[in-house]
Amino acid sequence: MSSAQSNRAPAVPGNDRSLPSTAAPIKAIRLRHPWRTVFAVIIVLLAVTFILDAAQRPAYDWPSVAKYVFDRRITLAAITTLELTVLSMVIAIVLGIVLAIMRLSPNPVVKSVAWVYLWIFRGTPVYVQLVFWGLFALIYKTITVGIPFGEPLMTFDTRSVINTFGLAVIGLALNEAAYMAEIVRAGLLSVDRGQEEAATALGMSWFQTMRRVIVPQSMRIIIPPTGNEVISMLKTTSLVTAVPFSYDLYTRSRDISAETFNVIPMLLVASIWYLLFTSILMVGQYFLERRFARGVGDRRPDRKSSATRVLPIVGAHQATVIGTPATSGQNPRLGRGRNENDE
Amino acid sequence: MSDAIPMVLAEGVTKSFGSNEVLKGISLEVQRGEVMCLVGPSGSGKSTFLRCINHLEVLSAGRLSVDGELVGYREMNGKLFELHPKEAARQRRDIGMVFQRFNLFPHMTALQNVTEAPQRVKGLPKAQVERQARELLARVGLDDRADYYPAHLSGGQQQRVAIARALAMEPKLMLFDEPTSALDPELVGEVLDVMKGLAKSGMTMIVVTHEMGFAREVADSLVFMDGGVVVEAGDPAVVLSNPQHQRTQAFLSKVL
Ligand SMILES: Nc1ncnc2c1ncn2[C@@H]1O[C@H](COP(=O)(O)OP(=O)(O)OP(=O)(O)O)[C@@H](O)[C@H]1O
Ligand SMILES: [Mg+2]
Repeated sequence: MSSAQSNRAPAVPGNDRSLPSTAAPIKAIRLRHPWRTVFAVIIVLLAVTFILDAAQRPAYDWPSVAKYVFDRRITLAAITTLELTVLSMVIAIVLGIVLAIMRLSPNPVVKSVAWVYLWIFRGTPVYVQLVFWGLFALIYKTITVGIPFGEPLMTFDTRSVINTFGLAVIGLALNEAAYMAEIVRAGLLSVDRGQEEAATALGMSWFQTMRRVIVPQSMRIIIPPTGNEVISMLKTTSLVTAVPFSYDLYTRSRDISAETFNVIPMLLVASIWYLLFTSILMVGQYFLERRFARGVGDRRPDRKSSATRVLPIVGAHQATVIGTPATSGQNPRLGRGRNENDE
Repeated sequence: MSDAIPMVLAEGVTKSFGSNEVLKGISLEVQRGEVMCLVGPSGSGKSTFLRCINHLEVLSAGRLSVDGELVGYREMNGKLFELHPKEAARQRRDIGMVFQRFNLFPHMTALQNVTEAPQRVKGLPKAQVERQARELLARVGLDDRADYYPAHLSGGQQQRVAIARALAMEPKLMLFDEPTSALDPELVGEVLDVMKGLAKSGMTMIVVTHEMGFAREVADSLVFMDGGVVVEAGDPAVVLSNPQHQRTQAFLSKVL
């Protein structure tokens, strides 16, 4: 196939190499924005005033905050809140994927089941749902396993198989799954149909196509809102008192303040922990997003340290010049005119 | 598997989308090692026919077999049984397809695009698959672009990677659906060159194209489709220079 070989290299002569080096950098007086400076100064002054005031205001009772922030009851509650968040999110994501695939199914029964699920769990407040889950053991005193209309195989006492923590997790997860389903569905639909077609034409099974081609590409769409959902879930765990489950961060700090008659520092203690967890989650999200930007970001194999993470300009259909390896390696404009979806 | 069995045998292939009958009984034969060009106006059903050949679309009526094996069905005691998706996937492995819009996997490098199917579908060892993939990339003139993501390749390079990806499954039949239509004019040649080399190596190919020069030079047969039927078929030189049918004449006068 030497004909293909010889056909590859002829780039437009000269054109690439000369451009970046000949253009002199622009020297100009920067435009001033006086109002920006004024506003910035005012805002900083207000912030400093507030912080200085808060630091010495007795109502905040900082010594108490310091005393309770590492109180054993609080740290245990913080861990419990984290457990609630992680467990419910994991269940919600798995169930959300299942529901999303059900909604995209050609089978009308499967599709409607998913739709009804979403209709109920998104249509009612999570607080109300949690109260319902708390009453679960009252409504369903026993759980029976068996074939519908057939002889029961096993029967349990509801209270013996599930405690309030479990009910709280179920309540949070089932509610969240409805939202995750929509996020996952949007992600799956965002992937070009040609991708599924290409994978199928290569002989890949439906599952391989999903796992290797569709899901990794939809991650870019799915992760940012899911990060939001995790952070939101972290805070929604404060509602599990409705079950009632009382060992989460917020309920525990309220209980402590009920003993000490000092509400405000305990609120601050809880907030500090919530903020810490949220910050950690945000860092994690940043790295996840970076991982799934592979192939669409601006990083090329020969320019690993590239700082910019801008998406390629979509729809710029100018002729893309094929350069020799040397020239195209140096010229950042090359090959970036094309959309990531091969448009 | 004797030479007498045509690679593709279509008998009255019909396909409807709802009430819209897109293919109205296509009958044709493609011999082993033959290169067939399929031309026709937009909407005439060329893509649909190609997609029927590897069962991306299900036929409404007629029979279609590749290498003597019925596509998508098994015949037993005069009855047709739909194939399990697994078996349909196995049939597709042997049929390579190249798309107008490349459809490379954007989250994988050129090399990973080529190794993905042999590794996952055939379950071949990674080292062997990678060596073959590099050979294939060299064959399409892209050995120095193995670690590039598709977004960093030109259209012509992407299409050549797509051809290498299809070849990696060692297909016995290659389907091309307007492989150069999405390319800038100066990039068309490099893709056609790869396809010419492939034709010379004896690959059986069905190529939907508007490149009449390619058809004249490389194809063994030319089929003109319009409105879901084969209007005219034969030797490319004859059909192109002396079209018998009025619709063929009208179409060729526009594209030549
Ligand atoms: N999935 C589908 N559902 C409904 N109609 C379809 C579908 N796919 C194709 N069609 C219709 O079938 C007809 C033929 O389409 P096809 O893509 O096969 O034409 P073509 O000859 O490849 O045209 P082009 O040169 O524009 O690619 C068109 O009218 C199109 O609208
Ligand atoms: Mg088409």
